[in-house]
Amino acid sequence: MTGLRDALLARDETRLPGRRDEDWRWTDLRGTLRPLPVVSDAVQPLADRTDLDGVRTRRFAAPESAGVLALSLSVPAGETLVLLDVIEAGQGAYARDLTLHITLGEGATLHRLVLAADSADAVSVSLTHVTLAPGSTLQQTVLATGAKRQRIATTVAHPGAGAHAQLDGAYLLAGARHSDQTTILDHQGPGGTSAQLIRGVAADQSRGVFQGRITVAEGADGTDARLKHNALLLSDRAEIDAKPELEIYADDVACAHGNTVGALDADALFYAMSRGIPEAEARLMLVEAFIGEIVERIGAPALQDAARAFLADGLEALRR
Amino acid sequence: MLHIDNLHVSVADKPIIKGLTLDLPAGQVHAIMGPNGAGKSTLSYTLAGRAGYEVTGGAATLDGEDLLALDPAARAAKGVFLSFQYPLEIPGVPALTFVRTALNAQRKARGEAEIGAPEFLKRARATAAALKMDFEMLRRGLNVGFSGGEKKRMEIFQMAMLEPRLLILDETDSGLDIDALRIVSEGVNALRSEGRSMLVITHYQRLLDYIRPDRVHVLAAGRIVASGGPELALELERDGYDKYASAA
Ligand SMILES: Nc1ncnc2c1ncn2[C@@H]1O[C@H](COP(=O)(O)OP(=O)(O)O)[C@@H](O)[C@H]1O
Ligand SMILES: [Mg+2]
Repeated sequence: MTGLRDALLARDETRLPGRRDEDWRWTDLRGTLRPLPVVSDAVQPLADRTDLDGVRTRRFAAPESAGVLALSLSVPAGETLVLLDVIEAGQGAYARDLTLHITLGEGATLHRLVLAADSADAVSVSLTHVTLAPGSTLQQTVLATGAKRQRIATTVAHPGAGAHAQLDGAYLLAGARHSDQTTILDHQGPGGTSAQLIRGVAADQSRGVFQGRITVAEGADGTDARLKHNALLLSDRAEIDAKPELEIYADDVACAHGNTVGALDADALFYAMSRGIPEAEARLMLVEAFIGEIVERIGAPALQDAARAFLADGLEALRR
Repeated sequence: MLHIDNLHVSVADKPIIKGLTLDLPAGQVHAIMGPNGAGKSTLSYTLAGRAGYEVTGGAATLDGEDLLALDPAARAAKGVFLSFQYPLEIPGVPALTFVRTALNAQRKARGEAEIGAPEFLKRARATAAALKMDFEMLRRGLNVGFSGGEKKRMEIFQMAMLEPRLLILDETDSGLDIDALRIVSEGVNALRSEGRSMLVITHYQRLLDYIRPDRVHVLAAGRIVASGGPELALELERDGYDKYASAA
């Protein structure tokens, strides 16, 4: 097995995934952890509480050197959970692996916002496996500001049957940061829907990665799956790598996917400047508007507020 | 106010403005008329400072200050405003946010205090009402989904809110029906004052029935080829630009 978790637990650097592994070719962890840090024996400190406004918040503190954590959560049938997962930044060059399992019961709804703030020297991977039941709804948004290497991956086992998965995300990268959002969505039964909108911004020498794989299995007829990734390059030394993939083995399927990478609209920038908005401010305004649509799509108001605050910090980092 | 002296401008290495000289005194309204492709929009973009409009000769000064040395935002802070022939859409930025950001940026550049939210909203409401604009439109993404006429109205709204000194109207009449033309013209006329000058660019005389110019200039092939009083506009309406096309 390869994976950050396996490498850390086995204390075996050769298990780090790297560019020869198809799924990791843009997020090469080899050579990033030398020597391989020792996993602290205690489970990472983790705060888990539910506020008065009904938001359950889990804070994943960063390890000092290395930490791995596996957790499971389920939302019972018919219930709604509003979940805020905060992946907190730590100090320096830590390595962290989070493996999270989430199961939704029939007709359950999960609103999940992931705020991934890592330090610039960290190697941080989190992998969430979601299993949906008929009639359930997952509405997830991942916001990330990158690390030395950062990957946030989500797999969804989708039964169809009126279930819906929204997997949105945004990344705002400055400096030499790297961020990877990967989604693997398996439509396994008929009558399911999914929608994904990922927006990214890469400044300086940063690198943004998006991989989105949708599989519509044989028999998953009538599936409606949408996937869109749009990214802005703010510097000619920044890089965006994107790979949307569709594999369809069913009939009567509506699949739309789009991928665009471009610069900030020069005409819009001139328009804003011609009104007196200085260039740096005009750029930030356009970037904020570009990312803002992701926040608008968040269904739970309390999560919208948390998302706005996180993005405001991310935009501030772009200004520097 | 505005002095343009023997201005030469190239776009993509192609000379478009070829020795244009124009004097616009404070408080006056000058019309610039000319056939399609004459360089009218090129002149307005050059004055506003758009990238890609390369000044290869001549000068343009605003109250003696070199306009061409300033970036577009600095020009705006000095009081330059261009009403675009084709206003842009800015998704995700509500018009109110956009204008307030612009107004405060200009104020900051001039060393003035920011405008507070209540005062800003009050002014915005009054201005929108005068232009017969639905105030709710100002809460949506700037110009997104607006008709051509609504976009032009939004330009005038911005102009009225920013209170510039040099107003450049690039074919503000195009895309407007007769009612909208009247409302927009009233908005422009309300801004006429001693300290304010206007360059009204148009292809048709119609707009000048509403915004009466002090002088009319004919721009053809990158130069001013004729100047006169308001009667020149009527003559152009009657005879067309053929005479000047051959003169240029
Ligand atoms: N971005 C551009 N690139 C190349 N040529 C341009 C560009 N903009 C304008 N031109 C050319 O410059 C000339 C003048 O255009 P313009 O200033 O838009 O004229 P007007 O506004 O008077 O109709 C035209 O020949 C046009 O084709
Ligand atoms: Mg034009």
